Amino acid sequence: MSEFEAQAPAKPNVAWKQIGQPLERTDARGKAEGTTRYAGDYTMPNMLHAKVLRSTLASATLRRLDMGKARALPGVACVLTAADLPDRLAPTDIPGQTGQQRQKTDQQILARDRIRYFGEPLALIAAETSDLAEQALALAEVELEPLAGVFDPIEAMKPGAPVVQGENNVVAAQKIRKGDLAKGFAEADLVIENAFRTQFIEHAFLEPEVGLAWIDENRVINIRVSTQVIEHFRYVADALGVPHNRVRIMGAPVGGGFGGKEDVTVEIYLALLTRATGRPVRLEYSREESLVGHGKRHPFIMSYRTGVRKDGRITALEAKFIADAGAYVFLSPYVLLYAAVAAPGPYRVDNLFVDAKAVATNNMYTSAFRGFGAAQACIGYEQQMDEVAKALGMDRLEFRRRNYLRTGDRISTDVPIRSAVWTERCAEQAWAALGEVSKASGPIKIGRGIAAYQQSYGRITWLHDTSEGWVGVEVDGTVIVRSGVTDIGAGQGSALAQIVAEVLGVTLKDVVVYNSDSAVTPLAGTTTATRALYMTGNAIKLAAEAVRERLVARAAKALGVEPDQVEMMSSRVFIAEHPDKSLSFSDLVKLCAAEGIHRSELAMFRAPFTDRIDPETGRGQVHPDYTFGAHAVEVAVDTETGEITVLKSVGAHDVGQAINPAAVEGQIEGGAVQGQGYALSEELIYREGRLMTPSFSEYLIPTAMDVPPVRSIILESRSGLGPFGAKGIGEPALTAVAPAIANAVADAIGVRVSDLPITPEKVVNALRRQRSKDGPTSR
Amino acid sequence: MPRAKTIVLNINGQRRRGTFPAHRTLLEALRELGYIDVKRGCEKGDCGACAVLIDGEAADSCLTLAWTAEGRAIMTVSGLGGADAPHPLQEAFTAHGAVQCGYCTPGLIIASESLLRQTENPTDDDIRRALSGNLCRCTGYAKVFEAVKEVSRRRAAGGEK
Repeated sequence: MSEFEAQAPAKPNVAWKQIGQPLERTDARGKAEGTTRYAGDYTMPNMLHAKVLRSTLASATLRRLDMGKARALPGVACVLTAADLPDRLAPTDIPGQTGQQRQKTDQQILARDRIRYFGEPLALIAAETSDLAEQALALAEVELEPLAGVFDPIEAMKPGAPVVQGENNVVAAQKIRKGDLAKGFAEADLVIENAFRTQFIEHAFLEPEVGLAWIDENRVINIRVSTQVIEHFRYVADALGVPHNRVRIMGAPVGGGFGGKEDVTVEIYLALLTRATGRPVRLEYSREESLVGHGKRHPFIMSYRTGVRKDGRITALEAKFIADAGAYVFLSPYVLLYAAVAAPGPYRVDNLFVDAKAVATNNMYTSAFRGFGAAQACIGYEQQMDEVAKALGMDRLEFRRRNYLRTGDRISTDVPIRSAVWTERCAEQAWAALGEVSKASGPIKIGRGIAAYQQSYGRITWLHDTSEGWVGVEVDGTVIVRSGVTDIGAGQGSALAQIVAEVLGVTLKDVVVYNSDSAVTPLAGTTTATRALYMTGNAIKLAAEAVRERLVARAAKALGVEPDQVEMMSSRVFIAEHPDKSLSFSDLVKLCAAEGIHRSELAMFRAPFTDRIDPETGRGQVHPDYTFGAHAVEVAVDTETGEITVLKSVGAHDVGQAINPAAVEGQIEGGAVQGQGYALSEELIYREGRLMTPSFSEYLIPTAMDVPPVRSIILESRSGLGPFGAKGIGEPALTAVAPAIANAVADAIGVRVSDLPITPEKVVNALRRQRSKDGPTSR
Repeated sequence: MPRAKTIVLNINGQRRRGTFPAHRTLLEALRELGYIDVKRGCEKGDCGACAVLIDGEAADSCLTLAWTAEGRAIMTVSGLGGADAPHPLQEAFTAHGAVQCGYCTPGLIIASESLLRQTENPTDDDIRRALSGNLCRCTGYAKVFEAVKEVSRRRAAGGEK
């Protein structure tokens, strides 16, 4: 069996008792009662408070940095500048456990000479109190000499443009060549060409970056931090020049990540300061510093050219993407790869040409964000699908129906899709769920939009992803799970408890999950790339099944039957056909303990491993598998004010198997609202690289006043590579929302605003342009 | 150093003494005193994560100076209820899946409690308005609305305090 094929559905334990149930998440109660400790809730005796001094220009030479007065302020324990650091860099490439060679994209830890972005760190300060650290910041003497900067990726590619990175600012390029493009266009009856733009956006997790570091009795640097990736301990160690086993990262429940806590945030600063002072150090960002200080979503400029026959069949597609990478590379090559792979969307395109480039500028660097390039591509291909349908005079759903990928079809990178592809089912159901069309009145126009998507789950297959997990049973019949997985709020830990409870026939409250400690819990990999349930869920399931097998063997002996006649449910172990012949789970465990039967297991799950794709054609496997689905919306547009109200929002997704449907709904509802912000209100505005929107009163995420009822339709093909046939839903829930809204607005007003966000101002201007164009003939 | 003053704050029904300078916000003071259930999200009154009840009404503790809270009844989410006697909103948020990363949850529960104390049978619109100062990035608010409505229904039926 190919490792890309879904495993056989796990043997149901009588019937599934835990999987597929909308159970109360194990972490919810503590959060609602306020007892959950986040990374920022830890303090230590003798702790120092840190601050980061940042550049006030986006492109400059650091002429002078005199921290003398800051150092002299009583209560300041330590000031570090680049001059105080060994000449080491901070790794930024492929976070996590992979053994792959990193690309040479490392970043200076503190600016030495050259400053490339607004907010680039210049110095670190640790003081007895936060107030003192703040006062010391103000005593820094900084002389910056402005350098010509470049703030637009197209400008940055022109000869003579200021060079921010590499030789010509092009920090990554990705090609896909499939079939014969010229032949495809020759077969087309119609060729449609459009361009679309997306903006810089912000993760806007509610918990700003925060951490606490100290050195323990083994000279290990311990860091408790809000992160998606505890395995950054290796990068911190590399940046400091200490062995990997001398840095330990402990996570905590993360107050939101969305990709924004995938790269290193405060860890290296904390490690440097605690090493320099020998004292515990705490660093938390203000909201403004958080908005300034972490990587953003790549803005994309996308041009699409589609060849189509009159019958609605796509014959050729050419897509060109230019992404603004900002001042440093970070995960741009991978974001670009995801975008390129996703360029045609969930449609069969035999003649495909994709050219994608990520270009450095003096804007804030861009990196991971839920959807990771594939979300930007969806905003391109789904608006283009609507435009092509319109040009053909064909119904939007019918046009899509004629082009959906099916299982066995070859995707953009010319490899077949092996799991279920229920895009059509999802799109039809989402569309139908919109129900009756709301009434338009006066200047209020109603419009509807649909968008379908293909989004990977699991990391790039040539990174050879692995996840380890441990399961053990106690003699009183309770269960312990140990997994390095970080819980970023989607219920990553609770899902593991549910899986183990299912396999061992206990209830959720019998299971405690210990997670996210790089020194103590088995390394599970990152909580990124919609991989946590797929990878860690599989590892924990393997471990639980191994424990179960040994317990069942012993129970069979006790009950005088064969192991396959033994069932476990509700903490009882019994003969399947004679449930009255049983023993308690805890008695069975005691029996095993007394006889020295191994009651725990450490398991590793390995994702499929492939070679890198061909750089010239992009041919090859990139991801383990994909989730498919669709989002549909109805909007009301006030043609006088340009105001847009989302009236209905429906996400329909084939999640393979919902482990906890309530948690899946939570992803869909949250994705619907995040996508709405992406489409309509959110934009980080940079002027000469300086952030002009550094607060939540300027950067507008949707509030309780802005959201429509969201309907979640969960389909289950049980065809995924995850536990019990699960696919992933974390990123997919967001991907199709913004283009569905863009399509609905265009449907409502008859003209397309092709650059996000679709603000009232842009709507009014688009209508005005349309009127002046129509004027002479229509009036 | 700025002048500091020792004040007594009435927090969750207990008298707590602390010494704070004039510029110390109630958020900072509460966290300094160990009330980590009050969350710091923006310190500008934009996000509502730090909301507490002051004399029964929700307020952003980041916009309140600690000195001005003396003599007033301050209630944080852990004061509403806990493991032994959870508050109906804490139970409903948990049961409805209204909690994801949970960082905004204490503030949302405080804002909801403030609404329910002031408004019997709030309409959907009342609920939206009451929660509009509390940002949530995970849930999309849907399950939060469900949880608040359920508690409101039960209170109206006289089944809850």
